[in-house]
Amino acid sequence: MRVSLFITCYNDTLFPDTGKAVVRVLERLGHTVDFPAGQTCCGQMHWNTGYQEEALPLLSRFVEQFKGSEAVVSPSTSCVAMMRDHYPLMAERLKDEKLKTEVAKLLPKVWEFSEFLTQKLGLEDVGAYYPHRVTYHASCHGLRSLHIGDGPMRLLRAVRGIDLVEIENLEQCCGFGGTFAIKNAEVSSAMLSEKVRGVLNTRAEAVTGCDNSCLMHIGGALHRQRTGVKPIHLAEILASEEGGER
Amino acid sequence: MSGEALDPTTAPKFQVAAKTLLGDSQLRKNVRHATKVIQAKRARVVAEMPDWQDLREAGQQIRQHTMRHLDFYLTEFERNCTAAGGVVHWAKDAEDARQIVVGLVKASGANGQSPTEVIKIKSMTTEEIQLNKALEAAGIHAYETDLAELIIQLGHDQPSHIVVPALHKNRAQIREIFRREMKLPGVDFSELGGTPQDLADAARKFLREKFLRVKTAVSGANFLVAETGSVCIVESEGNGRMCLTLPDTLISVAGIDKVVPTYQDLEVMFQLLPRSATGERMNPYNSIWTGVDKSSSGGDGPRTFHVVLMDNARTEILADVESRQTLHCIRCGACQNSCPVYQQTGGHAYGSVYAGPIGAILTPQLMEMHHAQSLPYASSLCGACYEVCPVKINIPEVLIHLRNKVVKQQSSGLNILVNPEVLALKAVAKVFQSETVFRAAQKIGRLAELPLGHKDGQGEAWIDWLPGMLGGWTQVRDLHVMPKQTFRQWFEARGKSAAGRRARDMAGDGTAIHAGGRAADAVEKGAGDGR
Repeated sequence: MRVSLFITCYNDTLFPDTGKAVVRVLERLGHTVDFPAGQTCCGQMHWNTGYQEEALPLLSRFVEQFKGSEAVVSPSTSCVAMMRDHYPLMAERLKDEKLKTEVAKLLPKVWEFSEFLTQKLGLEDVGAYYPHRVTYHASCHGLRSLHIGDGPMRLLRAVRGIDLVEIENLEQCCGFGGTFAIKNAEVSSAMLSEKVRGVLNTRAEAVTGCDNSCLMHIGGALHRQRTGVKPIHLAEILASEEGGER
Repeated sequence: MSGEALDPTTAPKFQVAAKTLLGDSQLRKNVRHATKVIQAKRARVVAEMPDWQDLREAGQQIRQHTMRHLDFYLTEFERNCTAAGGVVHWAKDAEDARQIVVGLVKASGANGQSPTEVIKIKSMTTEEIQLNKALEAAGIHAYETDLAELIIQLGHDQPSHIVVPALHKNRAQIREIFRREMKLPGVDFSELGGTPQDLADAARKFLREKFLRVKTAVSGANFLVAETGSVCIVESEGNGRMCLTLPDTLISVAGIDKVVPTYQDLEVMFQLLPRSATGERMNPYNSIWTGVDKSSSGGDGPRTFHVVLMDNARTEILADVESRQTLHCIRCGACQNSCPVYQQTGGHAYGSVYAGPIGAILTPQLMEMHHAQSLPYASSLCGACYEVCPVKINIPEVLIHLRNKVVKQQSSGLNILVNPEVLALKAVAKVFQSETVFRAAQKIGRLAELPLGHKDGQGEAWIDWLPGMLGGWTQVRDLHVMPKQTFRQWFEARGKSAAGRRARDMAGDGTAIHAGGRAADAVEKGAGDGR
């Protein structure tokens, strides 16, 4: 299959390793990956913070870049949730009939990375090897918007060498919430400290998930507290192979 | 917390109030314990309902339908309630409602004498309009008879939850309040024990005396039934039932959103509400009354019954297509219990009697967006509230919609000049509209943060301090510096080497395959080093 990668703006800038890992996994599975160069951002930060007018032009950009794609894969639960939950409404707001049709055609082809593997490809074992103790953080958008359920856990369980340990209060928000972490820094921190305690209680070496924004938030505190626990996107675990660098 | 009423027009911003409350570890412990207990009870009784999702859907549809035809159902209620012997009053706002109720209480005394006391059933609507204060100003003392409301009243406190108003207090604190504040002739509460039984006994003694003496009661309403003109209150203690049956005069204050079309609609609501609110299969006391009993002279219930139907900005909420679902709320409080923000701060941080996710959408709208603009931001949009809402109010959607209204206020006219956030976000939006500008911004960002990064023990550079509003991030978190190479740069470099490889493959140079592979690896390694 020809897969178009929507890397998302923050993964592009801050977490290129996640993108590389997605490419590696998909190519290993025999798929071709392309990268529409005009892509930038899905508009989530603006939309969710209340800057809806500013987010609107990003819809047309996304559609323009990906409308010819066979499948669009993105390693971010919250960005995919943004598209599924709000793109139809945004097209409605723009009163653009053509765009509305294109959005309706394109959205069913957009997949969050783990969802693409488990639901579209029907896979659990992607041939990964990661001999570490790992806990999984379920991001809210993955859980309650995309309903990816235990898909990522099934992928992780199939990883050779992994010591997977479940975190307490799996469904509890980590307190990131985009601009919430800045605007309500104190409450966000209080929520974060509960999540960090949960991670530490698992005695895992790494905390993984399908959204680097949560992982950046949790990882930022793990680093500040010098815990030595490392945040790592699910794709990077799945990309690791026996005899590889990791 | 002082006795000052929670008033959104004067309350501090959520961030500010939250910061103070986060320092109260006793309160946080109480709130966490109580919300966890109720959440677990709710989860248990919801799980045993195979048709829970269908019930939620039915609840949503009933509420949607009612709101769409609210004018019709309200007048139907008025007609039927009046026919049954009730008196219906219409209040356009809080002031109007307060005046009507004070007037009715004054007129309720025997021999033209105004009563000096009323007994009250727990009612968020009367909290919303600060009715007790208005009654007090008119020389009328209101006794709260709901146990939790009594604790709040005696403790000169404010409600922090719409179902469990004293959820932020533990038993030891409640005992102290009772010992200190409970006064009843002939009874000494100073040696009061601390078991639940002791506290309930004390409250019973204290309240029974009021029930038997006071002749005027004020209540809210859980539902108004249009078809029959009935009013409904659900509760757990039976104290509400006392207020509904013993006094001669009953005055019920209800928001116009409380109406349901038919008696049968209660079937759905009576399943959704108790399971969501207190984790019970059924409320211990479900009282439904229709007008007054005119047939007998000695029967139960009040001789005079008034309903005050209050708008207080609800019509404005109804007019907004995207947020009118706020009015579907049946006040179960499940969103509060499930909210990770509420669990940290408790209810007082919201500066309104409506706290938690529902308060974050309801309060600013009740204020017609003139106050409480910080509340739509008091959420990480985690969606836990939407998941538990018995009538499927998409609270995150409404929060986002209200944030848009706030941004529009902040961007209008000269406001924009004093708001760095608005300027920054508008600028960033422009960046995303062009790939070239986006690439340039990535480069500039990397340069800008360069002086802020410090190498850690592993030789990786992290930022532990950020300026201005971004400083919220680095209070408790570090931030990894941007890698030297963006993903798109890596992908393009890889593409070039792969293209070269393919060209050489076509030319039949077998060794180039490895060279090309190594080049791609080198690019990859280079990027890896950047981290």
